[in-house]
Amino acid sequence: MQAVDGNAIGGLLLEVFGTEMTGAATVCGTCGDARPVGELAVYLRAPGTIVRCRTCDSVLMAFVTAHDRMCVDLQGLAVLG
Amino acid sequence: MAGTALRRRLSWQVAKVSAVTTETPSVRTIMLEVPDWPGHQAGQHLDIRLTDEDGYVAERSYSIASAPGEPVAITVERLDDGEVSPYLTDELRAGDDLELRGPIGGYFTWGPQDGGPLLLLAGGSGVVPLRSILRHRERTGSTVPARLLYSSRTLDDVIYRAELDQPAPGVEIIETLTRHQPPAWTGYARRVDAALLGEVEWPAAEMPLAYVCGPTSFVEAVSQALVQSGYPPQRVKTERFGATGGT
Repeated sequence: MQAVDGNAIGGLLLEVFGTEMTGAATVCGTCGDARPVGELAVYLRAPGTIVRCRTCDSVLMAFVTAHDRMCVDLQGLAVLG
Repeated sequence: MAGTALRRRLSWQVAKVSAVTTETPSVRTIMLEVPDWPGHQAGQHLDIRLTDEDGYVAERSYSIASAPGEPVAITVERLDDGEVSPYLTDELRAGDDLELRGPIGGYFTWGPQDGGPLLLLAGGSGVVPLRSILRHRERTGSTVPARLLYSSRTLDDVIYRAELDQPAPGVEIIETLTRHQPPAWTGYARRVDAALLGEVEWPAAEMPLAYVCGPTSFVEAVSQALVQSGYPPQRVKTERFGATGGT
């Protein structure tokens, strides 16, 4: 499956965080790679939306909607903001 | 209250299609009347939501093709296996309603305060947000030098052809056709790689600002080549589509 990038989930992130996030800084919790959200690898067709590190492929963020609730997992990130 | 503008709720709203124009056999520009549009920046997107009779919802993000201050427009390429684009390119007509939210994004954006020189690199429909940037540059009277390198498969696949044939002062348009070239074609006839970039890019010493938009493979190849030629990674902004029509 081909990845797009963090620009594609600007709307989703605005919905979750209430502010524009594609330019926000991130640091991968696994390898320490630092990039803006807009540069991250995003998989839209997984069950939910999965955001991975471009360097080590770790899952940084996951967004899953179930029963009208969105579950957000940011455990893979050391820094967001 | 401070921060109100930033914390604006991103709400779905119904826009009206004011016109649909044909750019290429598979690409349409859709002009929209959006009642509650706060204004956008060059390079931003909007999300489109289609809902079918049994409630199935499909959402996609599209780059805004028009400059800030112009009526909102998107340019959509038909993907044969797409859930959303065939409806937008084949079925949608002036007067139809369309559900959308936006504007979205703050990373892949440009304004005159960002300066340049600008190096814009487009693969296929990746030209759409870069067209917004070029129009914004012209409308704001910016004199930042700009080059657009635009890769398409054939001449018939070139989006905004008439507009790109008449660039604004200070803008150079450089085209490459990777699959088929018409007789007497004077542009490039190969894929964008480090060698081709070396012929068209601004020297890194001029501190250029690069925007690369297109299919993932195009963006990866181009952005890596730029960084290898000395462009600082933070001066190379990228936006990747999934699998699309090609370059």
